Amino acid sequence: MSVARRQGGIERRSKTGPLRAVAASVVLMVLSMVAVLPLAASSLEEQTHQIATELRCPVCQGLSVADSPSGMANQMRDLIRERLQAGESPDAIKAYFVERYGEWILLAPKREGFNLLVWVFPFLGLGGGAVALALVLRRWRRHPEAAPASVDPAYLERVRHEMAQDQS
Amino acid sequence: MKKVLLPLAVIPLLVLLAYGFWTDPTAVPSPLIEKSAPPFALTLFDGDSFRLAELRGKVVVVNFWASWCFPACYEEAPVLEGAWREYKDRDVVVVGVNVQDTEKAAREFMDRFKFTFPNGPDPGGKISIDYGVYGVPETFVLDKEGRIAYKHVGAARGDVLMGQIEGLLHRVPPAVEKKGDHERGA
Repeated sequence: MSVARRQGGIERRSKTGPLRAVAASVVLMVLSMVAVLPLAASSLEEQTHQIATELRCPVCQGLSVADSPSGMANQMRDLIRERLQAGESPDAIKAYFVERYGEWILLAPKREGFNLLVWVFPFLGLGGGAVALALVLRRWRRHPEAAPASVDPAYLERVRHEMAQDQS
Repeated sequence: MKKVLLPLAVIPLLVLLAYGFWTDPTAVPSPLIEKSAPPFALTLFDGDSFRLAELRGKVVVVNFWASWCFPACYEEAPVLEGAWREYKDRDVVVVGVNVQDTEKAAREFMDRFKFTFPNGPDPGGKISIDYGVYGVPETFVLDKEGRIAYKHVGAARGDVLMGQIEGLLHRVPPAVEKKGDHERGA
């Protein structure tokens, strides 16, 4: 890319730059979140694993039933597999665990009522941050950096002198 | 103005943090309280069979324990055996569900504390999961109608357990509203 074109590019971008860049990064972030959403599980093992990842291992600290090597998690995985084999739906199995352990057993809270705050807040924060960033960038552009402060000519002369000495 | 607002904004965050640090993450209220207790059957270590469903009309203490659960299970063992001996003739049953244990270790534990109340293993952990157990020991006290009246997490304490049992033994069945048997002010 030639220097001239690159400069032109920068020139053009700077008109709508900050806003567009922020918007693009938000879109990218949302897309990457969507990308990691679980794919529909098919086999019995996959389905068991899928349900187990959504349940909290009761004897662990912040581990899912799928990730824990504990005996209890093992038994829970067996129970999930058995219930799937008996023809129960994943939702019914999760509901069973919620009935016994409370909503605490779900690693992600249900998307309803007060819980929705947990789902909405990150996006509100992201949006707020983007707006704040855009405002700050705009202000910076309207008030470009102040002219360099005046320097005592004697001091400047001394610096130049010493630098020349250094190089020699 | 800005100088005041910034520290003020920190206050809600501090309150949230304080709340988080003061609450016990393991003290999760059981959704089963006041619900009817999940039925279960045990094959006891002495070979007999035990069915919860046959105990309607009795106060039942269901204890989940393991021989590896030290020291809590060791602390509460004499309490459970004591409660059983004290109340077994008064329509109270204590039953032990042994979870994630080996038969040998469980038997040694029972010999050590001279258990005489029914005890049986929970292969596959189905009973513990049915009761929402997330660690041993946990103790449930069931009323005469088979509802879970009380859940205790950690070593059962004599005074608490006796208090619960006494309360349920003497609890008057829910009053049916009657008409005409109370005096009106003269």
